Amino acid sequence: MNYISKNIFFVLAILASFLLFSCNNDDDTDSLTPDIEEGEVGRMRFEFDNIAGNRNLQLNTGTYQTASGEEFNVTTFDYYLSNFVFIDKDGNEYAVPQDESYKLVRESDRESQFFGFDNVPAGDYTAVRFVVGVDSLRNTKDISERTGALDPANGMYWSWNSGYIFVKLEGNSPAAPENQNGEHIFRYHIGGFGGFDSPTINNVKTVEIPLTETAVVRKNNAPLLHFTVDVLKLFEAPNPFLISENPTVMFAPFSVKIAENYVRMFAFDHLH
Amino acid sequence: MKYFLLTKNTNFQSLIVLLFLSFLFISCNSHEPTEPPLEIRFEPPAHFPEVAYDLNTNPITTEGFLLGKALFFEGDLSRDGTISCGSCHIPTSAFTHHGHDVSHGIDDRLGRRNATPIMNLAWHRSFFWDGGVHHLDLTSLVPIEDEREMDEDFARVLEKLAQNNDYPRRFERAFGSPEINTVSVLKALSQFMIIAVSANSPYDKYARGEALLSDLELQGLKIYEEKCASCHSGTLFTDLSFRNNGLFPKPRPDKGRYEITLNPDDEFKFKVPSLRNLRFTAPYMHDGRFRTLDEVYDHYESQVQDMPTLDPLLRSENNKLGIRLSSKERTALTAFLETLNDADFVTNPLFQE
Repeated sequence: MNYISKNIFFVLAILASFLLFSCNNDDDTDSLTPDIEEGEVGRMRFEFDNIAGNRNLQLNTGTYQTASGEEFNVTTFDYYLSNFVFIDKDGNEYAVPQDESYKLVRESDRESQFFGFDNVPAGDYTAVRFVVGVDSLRNTKDISERTGALDPANGMYWSWNSGYIFVKLEGNSPAAPENQNGEHIFRYHIGGFGGFDSPTINNVKTVEIPLTETAVVRKNNAPLLHFTVDVLKLFEAPNPFLISENPTVMFAPFSVKIAENYVRMFAFDHLH
Repeated sequence: MKYFLLTKNTNFQSLIVLLFLSFLFISCNSHEPTEPPLEIRFEPPAHFPEVAYDLNTNPITTEGFLLGKALFFEGDLSRDGTISCGSCHIPTSAFTHHGHDVSHGIDDRLGRRNATPIMNLAWHRSFFWDGGVHHLDLTSLVPIEDEREMDEDFARVLEKLAQNNDYPRRFERAFGSPEINTVSVLKALSQFMIIAVSANSPYDKYARGEALLSDLELQGLKIYEEKCASCHSGTLFTDLSFRNNGLFPKPRPDKGRYEITLNPDDEFKFKVPSLRNLRFTAPYMHDGRFRTLDEVYDHYESQVQDMPTLDPLLRSENNKLGIRLSSKERTALTAFLETLNDADFVTNPLFQE
């Protein structure tokens, strides 16, 4: 080793130890994050707040406009979320027990937009990951393991092609063609878990959303993470499309494009 | 393993016991309404392959079977109470809509495909002509929710059954709780369908060494083995695969398996139907286009359409399509196929409404 590189090594080592020292210092003085007891658990709460752009979503009565200028209203907006994972500031992950992780959020049912998980290890969480839809394996489980949110009687199940509908958006739009009853209806029923024994469409999508405020879970502190779900994003990037051109999309190749859009509906808004 | 339902004796003895018990039931009924002294058990026939259905997830009981039977013939599974499962799956026709190419469901709306027989389904791993359903428990949802068949929300079916005076009691007897939910309704219907085993045709008796076949029937068996058995294989008389047998696509083509997989290689493929009980299940093919076996033979002889997904087995070395069958061969083959008709199955009082 020559003189210069020896010196650089020395300087770097000193720098690194300062960094380490200053990090430690921060932790010691951080009054926002109380100490964690051994085995301490708490509750993490969620609100999924459906919106359209900068407006709250109102079923039937609200009129909205896509980025392409097509007007529409919404009569149904339901979706599955599942397999929640919470990631703390050190990158440690906590996965909610899978059986408890299936949530069906319906715009028509306010209660369904609020839920929580108990027994979450106390920690300072900085990101959340979840599946939009229902994972493939659960799609294939015995019917007795698919109760509650996963009950096929909930209207989010394709009986003819066994599998859950992950996201269902229905409404009216002048851009949609007139049907035999004189209505202009659009319907997006997006699902597809990849097929039971022959591969097919797989729209099981995972999203990971950083939290701009740390969610501090303690025995006596149950943060409520307020997410917004913007229905306009379903029509936008990365695959913008027109209602007039695709008024009905169900189990078809185009559903893959819509699923790529709708993962972008979800955003962390604030912490309660 | 022993055969069929009931008892640990032979199939034939089971049937006698079964008939005897059923008579008891009828005679009891005429005097006072008591529970049938039946004991339903599922015992796979010894000459059948391994059962696909996991019976641990749905132990068969007499009460469960009888509940499933009641549901099978329950009009309230449909929107307006007019259509039951049994409307299009008639027990005396091996649970098909014999004589109908496609079935007419609610409001006389026409279905798209020929009603499939309900027999030996415990051995199947996919259901319906396109295999879109991968578990027997999930099959009942399809006709209930199909707007051309029963056109009802399953959630409403649950409500209607819960309001019925009879069903909560029946569910309690079958599953230990009067609660009526998706799982209990579907499992009960599965129990009824699982017990619908057809394994007592003259061929089955021959296979078990209980009876002989005639010379003509044996000639037919040989032709079957040479020309049919690569697809209609084994004791189920189907290999349960999906194949394109070269039917001329209709003006609005039904692409079959493709609709499930969206894989172009699956276009016009349909599940290979069993050859059992053909006497009771005409017409034939996914759209019921052939009324007789002769029309089916004609198709394989000279009408097979060349398509990219046509099954390679229907393409011979010199690129001739189809299966040659002389009139002598047809006679023998028909005689053999007749031995697959299970009269006991279609007349079994256990399955009648």
